[in-house]
Amino acid sequence: MSVSIGINNVIKKYGDTTVIPDLSVQIKNGEFFTLLGPSGCGKTTLLRMIAGFNSIEGGTIQFDGTVINDVDAHKRNIGMVFQSYAIFPHMTVRENVEYGLKLRKESKESMKKKVDDILRVVRISEYQDRLPQNLSGGQQQRVALARAIVIHPSVLLMDEPLSNLDAKLRIEMRSAIREVQDQVGITTVYVTHDQEEALAISDRIAVMKLGIIQQVGAPESIYTRPANVFVSTFIGHSNLFHAKVSRGGSTPAIVFADGYRVEMPNLCDGAQEGQDVVVSVRPEEFSIQPGMKAKVRSKTFLGKYTNYVLEFAGGMVLPGQPSIEFSQDLGHAERLYNVGDTIELKPNAAKINVFTEDQEQSLIKDVKKYA
Amino acid sequence: MPSSALKTHKFKWDFWKTVTLVILLLFAVFLVYPLFMLFLSGFKDSETQLWTMGNFAKFFGKRYYYGALKNSFLLTICVTALTILIGTPLAYFMTTCKIKGKGIIEILIIVSMMSPAFIGAYSWVLLCGRNGSVTKFFANLGIHTPSIYGFGGMLLVFTLKLYPFIYMYVCGAMKKIDVALSEAAESLGCNGIKKVATIIVPLITPTVFAGGLLVFMNALADFGTPMLIGEGYLTMPTLIYTEFINETGGEANFAAAMAAIMVLVTAVIFIAQKYFVNKKSFTMSSLRPIQPKQVHGIKNVLIHAFIYLVVGLAILPQLTVVYTSFLNTNRAVFLEGYSLNSYRMIIDNLGRAVKNTYLFGLIAIAIIVILGMFIAYIATRKRNVFTAIIDTVTMFPYIIPGSVLGITLLLAFNHKPLLLSGTAIIMIISFVVRRLPYTLRSSAAILYQISPSMEEASISLGASPVKTFFKITASLMMPGVLSGAILSWITVINELGSSVILFTGKTVTMSVAIYQEVIRASYGTAAALATILTATTVISLLIFFKLTGSKEISL
Repeated sequence: MSVSIGINNVIKKYGDTTVIPDLSVQIKNGEFFTLLGPSGCGKTTLLRMIAGFNSIEGGTIQFDGTVINDVDAHKRNIGMVFQSYAIFPHMTVRENVEYGLKLRKESKESMKKKVDDILRVVRISEYQDRLPQNLSGGQQQRVALARAIVIHPSVLLMDEPLSNLDAKLRIEMRSAIREVQDQVGITTVYVTHDQEEALAISDRIAVMKLGIIQQVGAPESIYTRPANVFVSTFIGHSNLFHAKVSRGGSTPAIVFADGYRVEMPNLCDGAQEGQDVVVSVRPEEFSIQPGMKAKVRSKTFLGKYTNYVLEFAGGMVLPGQPSIEFSQDLGHAERLYNVGDTIELKPNAAKINVFTEDQEQSLIKDVKKYA
Repeated sequence: MPSSALKTHKFKWDFWKTVTLVILLLFAVFLVYPLFMLFLSGFKDSETQLWTMGNFAKFFGKRYYYGALKNSFLLTICVTALTILIGTPLAYFMTTCKIKGKGIIEILIIVSMMSPAFIGAYSWVLLCGRNGSVTKFFANLGIHTPSIYGFGGMLLVFTLKLYPFIYMYVCGAMKKIDVALSEAAESLGCNGIKKVATIIVPLITPTVFAGGLLVFMNALADFGTPMLIGEGYLTMPTLIYTEFINETGGEANFAAAMAAIMVLVTAVIFIAQKYFVNKKSFTMSSLRPIQPKQVHGIKNVLIHAFIYLVVGLAILPQLTVVYTSFLNTNRAVFLEGYSLNSYRMIIDNLGRAVKNTYLFGLIAIAIIVILGMFIAYIATRKRNVFTAIIDTVTMFPYIIPGSVLGITLLLAFNHKPLLLSGTAIIMIISFVVRRLPYTLRSSAAILYQISPSMEEASISLGASPVKTFFKITASLMMPGVLSGAILSWITVINELGSSVILFTGKTVTMSVAIYQEVIRASYGTAAALATILTATTVISLLIFFKLTGSKEISL
């Protein structure tokens, strides 16, 4: 029942403004695929194009190889979960879930069985005769999910389904959604601007900016090996440093502005001697060892670790970054530092990432933009 | 891979485009075209049918004519000011003070608002006219009471009939004032009159002006009241009517010119008011509305006296009408004893008027509801040039007085191929055009509150857009549609201004029949008819309150 989705050279325009210039991505059958990006990046637009609520100005969208551009939304057999849930307020929970089945002229018995099953899967059987206004946000979300899944859609589309829930419920619903998706195995396209949510829930993530896909890959590879500076800073925190490539020794290395040198065996062959590069170091990729000097400007105690905001000497870091941070894992810390202390930090060569000066490409071997 | 060449966007013909086209055609034929014809005929000489400015010159050349415009304005401005002076404090006291019998008072206010002004005028004649019971009572005591005819009488009738508009608007605004605002003022050391003047008054001022506009338009356009008790005080609607109907050869072109002048004037006022209100308005929402408090001592007595007096006077005409309908009469003279004779006479002679009112009214309201829902939907959900035009055109009836609309339709449809004059169809058309805006506005208002994802959810589950409209959107719209439709229905069955121009013996309605009976001084049958009309109005309101579970209607 579930299908693969092929999105080929798709264009979206509103009047003269192009929202999506030329986008291609292949979504596999049965996978949980997330569109992630800041607001205005075109992720919801793309989702609504798949759903059929937005027109397609160029290119094709295919379900299992069949072009669906001109298929009306109501004939695409999609299940959609909305940010506002969009539960029909004049119908009970059960009637909401039955709605799609009734349109499919399902027989009484099979409809009852299907509805009973799905209500159990999303754990709302006890509320089935209530009106939606008497349900909490999390319960309404479960109804929306049940209603979308019960029709056995070809694809399940979810538009920021958790953004109206409070933090705790969001985490609970996140695992509930993943669990249900695993059970029914429907190809799912999920839209969110919350990178933590995307990392936790997805099989694969597409990071988008200004209607262009920046990188597609599994959550780990996107976090550990971002394809460009945007991805590296959008997902998690990254400190950006100026450096130059040095090919003098037996292994290639990078040299920071203060002369500190880090050997990088995994630097790709394209990186040339003397080339200016941007080095991205995550706060947890530093360790207290002889390396680069920095001054502690403020610190925040966060239980499992302490977060220090640092100040490096002029010319070391890229200007305009929100903050330069170092996370000290308290399980292994030998001593804590105070504001005003000067510390020496060593970046972990196996973890840090190196990008071209224009910030667009990774200079690490085997980093893929589309995986 | 397929090339990413831009495909030209295919134009698909769908249900909503058909609806848009049909509605566009309906408005073009039944509103825009007739209005256009009206303006044209205003520029034509009635005998030669040549182009001329003569009609306008005639109007502004003679004091008798332009005096009517001045009269209309003077009366309307006085009425508006007086209704604001009465309606605003009434609303303030009703929301902030504990009032005994509040529930009944609220219903009485709505009933006095809903019944047509000319019935009020007519029962004030019964009370204070030359032969009125009050007049006679005081005359026997040797006291001379002021005349109900002319300016003063109309001011009284209009004020008592129209203050509920201000009351309802201001009550609505008062409900949105959070008690915290008032408490904040008190905590800053501001209390009593000063608090009302600096906090409450500025907050409700835009609302008062919006209500004032409604009063202004209603008073300016009213035809029945000046016809019945205006006597020497000539106003525009009566002037237009008499010039048009004139038995010594109707001056249709001159009447059309005057109608055009009036539409122009009201349009300017309407647009100016919208402009100023939009500039000054702000949105409020309250978590804790103001709670009524118990007032003590002389203040409490005065407040109650004020409220009971105003509401009592406003409902007095209705009570008079109901009472006199059960009296024995001989034309204008009320005799001793009670009977149902007046009702019997209606069944014998005027059954058609009763039947027509309900029949035409029901057909009109069915069309209004369907059109209202469709237009609201295309204007809010399918925005384009055409739906924007429709949205604007539907506002026209707000500024067209009933009698003017009557003339407009009659001039446009009194020859082939659209020979509709004298038919029930033209009556129904005038009802629909005139009273559609109420249903349309409240349908559109509720649509703005329904998230489009509700419809998308239905579509994603496999319902076609049309099916979605009927299964989901229409159901969700119902409360808003109903609250507008009740107002449309009540104003349709009470419509006089356009009906009195369009009716024939076959298509006479109750309000026209009442008007005729009053003119003929058949007070018994007039009262009985008015009672049936008032009863219908009250019952409709009660059913509506029961259905929606609220005591509010959207104006």
